[in-house]
Amino acid sequence: MLTASDVYANPPPAAAAREPIVLLENVSVQYRVPKERIGTFKEYAIRALQRRLQFMKFLALKDVNLTIYRGEVIGIIGNNGAGKSTMLKVISRVLRPTIGRVVLYGKIAPLLELGAGFHPELSGRENVYLNGALLGYNQAEMDEVFESIVDFAELRDFIDAPVRTYSSGMYARLGFAVATARIPEILIVDEILSVGDESFQKKSNELMQSFQKQGTTVLIVSHNLTKIQEMCQRVAWLSRGELKMVGDPTQVVQAYREDNP
Amino acid sequence: MTNPAKPIYDSAAHALPALSELRELRQYRFLLFQLIRRDLVARYKRSILGVAWTMLNPLGTMLIMTLVFSNLFKSVESYPVYILSGLIVWNFFSQGTNAAMVGLIWGGSLMQRIYLPRTIFGVSAIGTALVNLLISLIPLTLVMLITGTHISLTVLFLPVPILLLTAFTLGFGLLLSALAIYFPDVAEMYQILLTAWMYLTPIIYPEEIIPERFLGLYRLNPMYWMVKLFRLPIYYGRIPTMTEIAPALAWAIGFLIVGWLFFTSKSDEYAYRV
Repeated sequence: MLTASDVYANPPPAAAAREPIVLLENVSVQYRVPKERIGTFKEYAIRALQRRLQFMKFLALKDVNLTIYRGEVIGIIGNNGAGKSTMLKVISRVLRPTIGRVVLYGKIAPLLELGAGFHPELSGRENVYLNGALLGYNQAEMDEVFESIVDFAELRDFIDAPVRTYSSGMYARLGFAVATARIPEILIVDEILSVGDESFQKKSNELMQSFQKQGTTVLIVSHNLTKIQEMCQRVAWLSRGELKMVGDPTQVVQAYREDNP
Repeated sequence: MTNPAKPIYDSAAHALPALSELRELRQYRFLLFQLIRRDLVARYKRSILGVAWTMLNPLGTMLIMTLVFSNLFKSVESYPVYILSGLIVWNFFSQGTNAAMVGLIWGGSLMQRIYLPRTIFGVSAIGTALVNLLISLIPLTLVMLITGTHISLTVLFLPVPILLLTAFTLGFGLLLSALAIYFPDVAEMYQILLTAWMYLTPIIYPEEIIPERFLGLYRLNPMYWMVKLFRLPIYYGRIPTMTEIAPALAWAIGFLIVGWLFFTSKSDEYAYRV
């Protein structure tokens, strides 16, 4: 079986010449979970004085080393609680690793849970700009892509209605359209492909492929192993916070299946 | 592993958080504008009078206070102007600090998904309050005209107290919101503190009724100076003296620096905590 260290020693031949875009070096993330919930000053002060502040230390990621290369589609698989989400958070700058180092050589477009940050009272148009700003774009960049967002989300007739009147599908479509409006350098996709009806799914798959042709690096986290095998060039398997295996999708998925019958 | 390109982000490169936060905030200035816009627009979206409420709100409070207290404080000339000028300052402070606190807690769910400069919620909250303050200068002018209060050229001094008040409120708001992340009780406690604080600041009553022996204590209250500095050019028609400006300036700069340093020194932890 291939382990993380083997991958470093023997990078896939095609990848060797390629340029790294995300670098994880000995990354560990530790969550401190208090054993009891302490919510008030008084309790906190008393316990701190008595030195009874106890925390459960819990490593969500353990010494992960991974290099993601520019332009590749890489899948991340693993059971619930294996550290997949934590890994995405470390890569998308949400969490700073407790130990180790994360380096990015490109801009990240996160695609975690669409429509987060939408304000229900504002119109679709206003939310497009608000959401774009949350993703770090400026006015000019959003003006440029506004029309294509509306077209892609198929919301031309509803764009000036408050989003509280939208169906959940419309909501998700608009969120997806904003997040993918500009060709991102690194696209993070977290279980997102299940959004919308079949024709929208087809459209978003096509979009993802066109991004990839234009050089976007795609990171996919999914429990849908068939889809992962279909779309990815490499797959990383996380198990209890450790990187178990990285490499050819068929091999990794097969090993994962054998381990989780 | 070597890479010739300059990384966009390196978790190991620890610049001074207080300074790097400033740079990040500059990069996200469009978001800052959008957040302020959202707060201003969304608040009144479903009401018919819309943004007019920003003006009607302090006017209503002023009217009630005038009806209740004008008899008690007969000595105060054009009492409505006195009280409205104080209320505008107080509303700015209480709205701004509360919104900073709520904004960071609300932003918590976003901060778990995407990277955002952490101070953006506090800064946008104070920005929204600042726009509201500027809008409420319109009803203040109206009330001054109606009550026949002399509008002196000293009002041109107003940008100075507004600037100091903004700096103080931002520093205080950042400090408060950082605390509220660690101790949720702070949000509730603060409401009680605000009520007490408001009555300890000469907003609805004239300064003259403060007993001499408490004057020293009053002068330790930063909001005493903020209200005074704002009210002097409007109500009394004179520019504050240096001895009146100095305490306000010291509080403003002090809180801004302490609040900013404290908040940014903890900024890596919020996503773990919220």
